[in-house]
Order: sequence, then structure tokens, then C-alpha cells
Amino acid sequence: MFNYTIRRSLLAVPTLLFISLIIFALLDLAPSDPTANLPLTIPPEVREQIRQSLGLGDPIHIRYLLWCKQFFINEPLNILEDLTGWQVGGERLRVLSWQTRSPVVDLIVQRLPQTLWVVGLSYVLGILIAVPIGVISAYRQYSWFDQIGTFISMVGFSVPTFFTGVLLIVIFSVWLGWFPSIYDTTHQVTDWSSFMVQVKQMIMPVSVLALFNAAQISRFMRASMLDNLNQDYVRTARAKGVREHLVVLVHVLRNSLIPVVTVIALGVPQVFGGAIITEQVFKVNGLGQLLIIAIQGGDVPVVQTLTFIFALLIVLFNLIADILYGVLDPRIRYD
Amino acid sequence: MTDAASNPATSLKPLRSQWLDVWDQFKTHRGALWGMGFFIVVALAVLFGPYIWTIDAQFIDIRARNQGPSFAHPFGTDQLGRDTLSRVLAGGRVSLAVGVTAMLLALGMGTLIGVIAGYFKKLDGPLMRFTDLFLALPLLPLLLVIIMLFRDTLRAAFGPETGIFILIVFIIGITSWMQTARIVRGDVLALKEREFVLASQSIGTPARRMITRHVLPNVLSPIMVSATLGIANAIITESALSFLGLGFPSDFPTWGRLLFDSTDYLQQYPERVLWPGLAISLTVLSVNYIGDGLRDALDPRIRGR
Repeated sequence: MFNYTIRRSLLAVPTLLFISLIIFALLDLAPSDPTANLPLTIPPEVREQIRQSLGLGDPIHIRYLLWCKQFFINEPLNILEDLTGWQVGGERLRVLSWQTRSPVVDLIVQRLPQTLWVVGLSYVLGILIAVPIGVISAYRQYSWFDQIGTFISMVGFSVPTFFTGVLLIVIFSVWLGWFPSIYDTTHQVTDWSSFMVQVKQMIMPVSVLALFNAAQISRFMRASMLDNLNQDYVRTARAKGVREHLVVLVHVLRNSLIPVVTVIALGVPQVFGGAIITEQVFKVNGLGQLLIIAIQGGDVPVVQTLTFIFALLIVLFNLIADILYGVLDPRIRYD
Repeated sequence: MTDAASNPATSLKPLRSQWLDVWDQFKTHRGALWGMGFFIVVALAVLFGPYIWTIDAQFIDIRARNQGPSFAHPFGTDQLGRDTLSRVLAGGRVSLAVGVTAMLLALGMGTLIGVIAGYFKKLDGPLMRFTDLFLALPLLPLLLVIIMLFRDTLRAAFGPETGIFILIVFIIGITSWMQTARIVRGDVLALKEREFVLASQSIGTPARRMITRHVLPNVLSPIMVSATLGIANAIITESALSFLGLGFPSDFPTWGRLLFDSTDYLQQYPERVLWPGLAISLTVLSVNYIGDGLRDALDPRIRGR
């Protein structure tokens, strides 16, 4: 197992390097000019100097290696310094955003809490809703609960989040006026009433994403429970007189959760990607919105770093899912 | 003896083809039947609707702007007085066309790579690493980036509408073939161990004919199921791109674009988001139900029970 983990981690490094190269090469084709938004009164030679200062004068391989050095060496060192207070080396070049001229990592750190709160909470909520629904649906297959449950999960799975989000805004903020339609990230929780305001503004984005996640996970949960309920060990447990709730909740549920846990792990990066749209609907200024703004403004370093972080999440959670599968299921041996 | 025993049985029972069995099983899935009916209605409506409801989707009647539902405009009009019904119909044409074409592209690529990887042992490793690499790409951000980069080039080359159509179909196609490829490869690997393949190999069937005659027909069912999922996925991706403002231009309606445009008037005319949103959701729902029913109907273990 340990060997397998090490081997997979080592294999992930070239994959990630290759992905970052693909993204960099794609972005390099971009026809957008970072100086296009500057005033027209700037003389061409000054404009050329600005371009040089952004590092555009160098050939592509040098810029790529520079980005690699900044992202893989300098930024982790900075984070280390911030965490421990040590001083490692002198001034280092950081990945700078062309739009704001501030380090990209700082931008991401600013945006991360909003995304994590909304996305993370909705994912946890989605799992908490999905698991019981899947268990009951499978245990009472073809009952009215199962029929309604599978129908709702099919709807939640089919209706895109940008429509459910807009629909919720129409109903709850335009007609009923209960919740704000725009997520205010400058809001600070100091006492009970401000906490309630925070809860109110989080309800809609979280429930939109939670519905979508719950729909997908409950389908898996139901299928996996159905697979296990007909197994011989269930019959054995019943035959030796184990109580029914123990059979379902201990024997069957534990075994059915193995594939579901890996699906949950695999879904995490997708949720971050899907949140791009939900953040746009509710105007949450999280990572997704940062990406959209950067794409529209032709801010190559931000797009490059963010897209790469998304890729990193995918590779990381794939690895986690595979290892979890091996840890949870003793029948699976990778070595 | 066996001939004598089996002959009366075949003469008593009418000859049934495999597809008739599949259809019989499909019919028992109520959701799938409803989905199929609805999808056919939508397809017919967007194909022939514009010939019956003849108001041009681009026709601007500024005096009739922002109207609610009426006999002249059953779905109302938008801020420029364009008829919403005809815009939804025209948008559906584009959305469905994108969905079907992108699905065909993804399916073709996925099947090709899956069959080659499963059939030829030497190519299996590299092709599957390639598939894993694609699976590790963050798709939505990359789609947005690619559209930003190539939009203007393709628009200049093929005209504003065809250019963006080609671009969107192409990028959705090349980013959604991986699941099909993996499923097809798995099935081909299992098929290769079967006796009929061995028998056919032993009489010297060349690889090309082996694939077209023996392998492809047997992996058709997973391909069909992933075709339905592919349509649903492509429609949602296209509308998501249009919703982010990076899809089709505003004067060229698609369902996602209509939804995006009507969110600007959410406070004043909240009912306007309903039609395109419902159209996307119900179409995707019906396609997903068809896929569910098809999966059950094509599974020989379930069929006939």
C-alpha cells in the first residue's frame, strides 16, 4: 500500500508538469494584449517597455520555466515563511497578476474562504442529505419514497445549477423577498443578527449546489446499497438472528459506502469547477469569479495558476480516491 | 433430433429480433417512455415550429417590447420586442444541433480510441495514459480559455455564427470522449477472450473486419447509453458557456443565451427566465430518462425477466 502510494505520487509529478505545459502553451497562443486597456496616449516605446516589464519579451520556454520556478519553488517557500516566521533566502520573484499587479497567490488566498464556505458547506450538506435518501430508497425499493426520491435526484441531476439558482432568486428574493440575491462578501459576523444575515445570504447558493451534489451521490448510494442487499452475507446475518437495523446500518451500509466514498472524493474537484457557474449566478466573489474576470481581462498568470490549481485538485483527489479504495476494501490489493 | 425438437417451438412463436425485445423492455420503463415522447415533441417543435410560428426570431418590434403572454405573443416579448416563442424555438434548434453534433464527435472519438486500445495490446498503455491525462484536465476553465483564444480567429474564417458553432461543438466533443473510451475499452477487452472471437481469428479474419463485424456490434449497447448521456452533457455545457457569456453571440439565440439575457431583467420580468430554463431542464431530464431506460433495456440480464 505504502509502495503503491509512493509510486502513484511520483507518477503524478510528470502528469502535472505536462498539464501545466499544455495550459501554458494554450495561453501563449492568446491574441489578447495585456497593454490593450492602457490609455492610447502612452507612446509605443513606453508600451513596449511595459510589455518587457511583464516578462513578455522572453521566448516561451524561458517564461514557462520561470513560471515553474515561481510557482513550485518560490510560492511554497513564501508560505513556509509565513507559517513559521523563518527567513529563507532573500527577495523572490512571485507570480504577479497583470491586472492588479499583486501576487496571484495572495489573490487566491483572498478569494478562497468564500469559495470554501459556499462550496464546502454545500458538499457536506449534499452528502448528509444523499446518504440517508440512498439507503432508504434502496431498502424500500419501488416504494413511494423510492419513486419520489429517484425522481427528485433525476431532476436535481438534470436541471443545470444556473437555472435552479436563477429560479430560487426569482422565487425567494424577487417575489418573496426573504433572501438577498447577491452574496455580500464584505459582511462580517460580529453578533447574532449579523450571523443571521450571513446565514440568509448563504442559504440559496448552498442549497443550489447541495441539491446538485445530493442528486448525484444519492444515485450512487442507492445503486451500491442495492448491490449489497442481495449478497449472501446479508442472508447469513439475518439467518443468525442479527437485528434488521443492525444488518442494514452496520453490515450493508459499511460495505456500500466503499464505492460511494471514492465517488465523493472524485467529486470534490468537479464541485470546485461547477461552483464557477453558481458563483457567477449569486455574484459570490470566490475563485470561480476570479477566473472569469481573469479570462475576460486576458490576465494570463492568474488564469494559468488557477487552471493549474484545478488540475492539481483533480490529480490529488484521484490519488486520494484510489488509496481510500485500497484502504477501505481489503479485497483490493495494489501491490 | 435437436432440429425436430426446436422446429415446432420456432414455428409456434413468431420470430423476434433482438431489437424488438429491447423495445419491449424499454416500454416497461415509464419514465423512459415519457422522456422519449417529450424529446420527440421537442425535436419536432424546433425542427418544424419555425415554419408554423412564422415570426422571425430576430424581428425587432420595439413598440411591443416587454409584453406579457398574449395571443400575438404566447410567451411574451423581450426588451427589444422580439417574440420569445420564436426565439425559444430558434434557440432550441441551435442547442439541440450542438448537443447532437458534439455527442456524435465525442462518441466517434471515444469509440475509436476505446476499440483500438482494447483490441491492440501494444497501443493500450499509451492510449489509456492519454485518456487519463484528458480526465485530469480541468475542463470548464479550459473550455472558457479555448473559447476566448480561438473565438475571433474562427469567426473571421467561417463567419460569426458558423465559426462559433464549429468551435463549441469541437471543444465539447474533444473534452467529453473519455468516459466512452474507457467503457468501450473494458468491453472490448472482455469480448476478446470470448470463443467466437477466437473462432473467427482461427479462420484468419483480418483485424479490420474483426472489429467491424464482431467487436463493434457487441459494444453497441454501452455506446448507445453513453450517446444519450453525451447529448445531455453537451446541451448543459453549451448552455453553461452561453450563460457565462462566452458562447454564442446575443443575436443568435440558444437556450443558454436566452437564459443569460433574461437574467438582466430578473427584477422587472422574472417570468422571462422560465421558458429557456424549462426548455433546457426538461430536455436534459427527458434525455437522461431515455438513457436510464435504454441501459435497462440493453442489459440482457434484466431483459426477459
